[in-house]
Amino acid sequence: MIWRFIIKRILWMVPFLIAVSMVSFLLIQAPPGDYLTTYIAKLAESNEVMDQASINDLRQRFGLDQSIFVQYWKWISNIVLHGDFGMSFEWRQPVSQLIWERMALTLLLSMATLIFTWAVAFPIGVYSAVRKYSVGDYIATTLGFLGLATPNFLLALILMYIGVVYFGSDVGGLFSDPFKNAPWSWDKVVDLSRHLWLPVVVLGTGSTASLIRIMRANLLDELNKPYVDTARAKGLSEFRLIMKYPVRVALNPFVSTIGWVLPQLVSGAVVTAIVLSLPLSGPLMLQALMSQDMYLAGAFVLMLSSLTVIGMLISDILLVLLDPRVRYE
Amino acid sequence: MPPIPMSNDMTAAPILRVEDLTVGFSMRQGAYDVVHKINFALHRGKTTCVVGESGSGKSVTARAILNIVPRPGVINGGRILFDPDGTGATDLAALDPRGKAIRAIRGGRIAMIFQEPMSSLSPVHTIGSQIVEAILLHRKVGRKEARAMATDLLAQVEIPDPAKALDRYAFEFSGGMRQRAMIAMALSCRPDVLIADEPTTALDVTTQAEILDLMRGLQRDFGMAIMFITHDMGVVAELADDVVVMEKGRLVEQGNVHQIFSAPQHPYTQRLLASVRRLEEPAAAKVHVSPEARPILAVEGLKLHFHKRAGLFGKGGDTIRAVDGVNLTLHEGEALGIVGESGSGKTTVGRCIAGVYDVTEGRIDFDGRDIARAGKDEVRENRRQIRMIFQDPFASLNPRMTVKQIIAEPLIVNNICSGQELDDRVAGLLTQVGLDPAMRERYPHAFSGGQRQRIVVARAIALGPRVIIADEPTSALDVSIRSQVLDLLLRFQAEMGLSFVFISHDMSVIRYFCDRVAVMYRGRVVEIGKTEQIITDPQHPYTKALLSSVPLSDPRLRGTRQRHRYMGETA
Repeated sequence: MIWRFIIKRILWMVPFLIAVSMVSFLLIQAPPGDYLTTYIAKLAESNEVMDQASINDLRQRFGLDQSIFVQYWKWISNIVLHGDFGMSFEWRQPVSQLIWERMALTLLLSMATLIFTWAVAFPIGVYSAVRKYSVGDYIATTLGFLGLATPNFLLALILMYIGVVYFGSDVGGLFSDPFKNAPWSWDKVVDLSRHLWLPVVVLGTGSTASLIRIMRANLLDELNKPYVDTARAKGLSEFRLIMKYPVRVALNPFVSTIGWVLPQLVSGAVVTAIVLSLPLSGPLMLQALMSQDMYLAGAFVLMLSSLTVIGMLISDILLVLLDPRVRYE
Repeated sequence: MPPIPMSNDMTAAPILRVEDLTVGFSMRQGAYDVVHKINFALHRGKTTCVVGESGSGKSVTARAILNIVPRPGVINGGRILFDPDGTGATDLAALDPRGKAIRAIRGGRIAMIFQEPMSSLSPVHTIGSQIVEAILLHRKVGRKEARAMATDLLAQVEIPDPAKALDRYAFEFSGGMRQRAMIAMALSCRPDVLIADEPTTALDVTTQAEILDLMRGLQRDFGMAIMFITHDMGVVAELADDVVVMEKGRLVEQGNVHQIFSAPQHPYTQRLLASVRRLEEPAAAKVHVSPEARPILAVEGLKLHFHKRAGLFGKGGDTIRAVDGVNLTLHEGEALGIVGESGSGKTTVGRCIAGVYDVTEGRIDFDGRDIARAGKDEVRENRRQIRMIFQDPFASLNPRMTVKQIIAEPLIVNNICSGQELDDRVAGLLTQVGLDPAMRERYPHAFSGGQRQRIVVARAIALGPRVIIADEPTSALDVSIRSQVLDLLLRFQAEMGLSFVFISHDMSVIRYFCDRVAVMYRGRVVEIGKTEQIITDPQHPYTKALLSSVPLSDPRLRGTRQRHRYMGETA
């Protein structure tokens, strides 16, 4: 039953991913003009003029003169068959070289943030619900609302200020200068972990706060259910029964967050990444979109939307493992 | 008549004594007591039924014994002396509600089963894991041994294929099976006392009879004391040795079951018994339909099938034949009962007639028109003439609308009236259903269950309908309120010439209210006829089984009746 559900769900992803790729392609095609018009405009700013012949020549070289269907087909078939995302116009480099490290770091940061969010929100949420209207609950609730209300970039600036002024540490970016372009080594990993906490905290507070609220509300609904009484009448200790029964049922929204945290991090992280000068996908994507560097932008949009789809898949599968009722619907 | 048992074994030391127990709720406005200084005792091998209507404090008392009164409730005074071995009593009320001592007793020596078998079992754990957990908590056995014990228990409560049932979830079982699993779990540690809080209220009568049989048998085998909480005097008569009657948190009367039924002392007990007995015969005020009344509604070959989606892309799957070829005729001014257990399709038939579901096949002839195939405007008109009353008066009223808004809504939606006229109409309707029109600006939460059901009735008759489909209108109400609501409906039937389709699982309300009754089983009508005739001389084996499952509210008749079991051909 579980396997059938999972296989079914994975099969459903195929048409979904195809649709996602089409939408991604349409999206990067949507702004008027193409890379060349932006490029020409840029040249014109510095008083350089290109003649029509060389424009046509370039257009042909980039394949921009062909119909949108042909362009899409070339793009997607190269990705699927050869893992080739095309060339970035602006960087004159294969897209895959450009994005790989940034995507990996983005994913790493997302995961770290997710774990941070869960690790903080779960116990506080449970505590807030079980000790409803206690002093601790009020404190958690107040902090939660503050966390929800504070914009990420502002929090980033404050934390950076505190870090630099009071602790004298180097807080921008994900690596210290000597490691920025160095190959991966143990020291680099240690350095990364030293830098990671700041963006994790900055990116995590918002979703932590909302998760606390969700966990609290869900658990409050479950705490008065008759099956909790049953467990109590069985002689289970209060801690064990709360953890085993109502918390387990209230966990569903937690698992669902995997699905929405990934895209949220990507969109929300752009501003934060710029403020903290993080080598993430967000800033590069923004730049690619502005200069209409379509293959680079397309690769990002495609990867990120695929990540979202995969995130949803993971959370759906976890949900099925967690809650047998889902399997039977 | 079986001899009335002598009370000499009553003098044996009780296993549990409740002395001057007081339970209070501490609210912001101050504390108030919901249970006032009650005293009673439980004896090994005996069943003590605690009877009372909603709000009488019987459930709170049960929870107080296990010291699990839900917040903001607290035990305010009194003692609960538990003495299972005769070696000295422990005061359960004095123990720390979270301490080890009370936890060893909970589930281990005193076990409890609850009313809602669906929500009382965890939806995300298997039946087996929940039973094994209870065994591991209180008995020194390994996991494997505990599992074997759980299998035995499930076999003992007559769950088929117990080894497999262990790995299934509560929602895969029917209500009766879930309650059996609950009982197995409660008995897993061979408790000295079993507290059952309305364990059969949510079940069908046939299932209820089986569960009661089971509990009787288990009590014989295990020799435990049972405290059985119920509001149903019939169940009390079937099961109790001793009876404790509670009203508004006070214990008003207690004694031997025969004594309570034959010579009740307290006026409340007398009233309770009277309202039960009133429902054992047709209503005195009933106006019978004249033989030449013409049919107003004719259902022919009604079928409604649901398709269950299954398979890789939702193709294939089973068809559920909720209603499978039903024929009914309703005459003008008549009350036609539809009786059957849950899943028999009785509610679905009612909803088909009301136009809630699109029927798969068949005709519903209303006034010469087939309303099963009605167009949009016609459906609107039909909904004015055919109205519904629902079971749960708490769920069927929008808590964010005032009573006036609720009753006025059908009038506004159908552009009948507005302004002052609307206000007068609503006031008039409220007076008709016996409520004070001055209360129309209040919200539903300010009303009791019976009053709410009156509001629902007022809403139903607001448009001057000709047919009312009443779907279990009294099953959520206390017995004493039931006959009041039924009498109200009877008055409208007589005064307005209303016709009723009255859906219920309760034979006694059907007998009180209906001219004719149709017995439904698995989507079909197995028997239809005059109510008295069906009750006194049932023909179909299912009807016999159904009638023989209804508890008799006379303890002297206990055991005099042969119970029929009906296993459907397609079971």
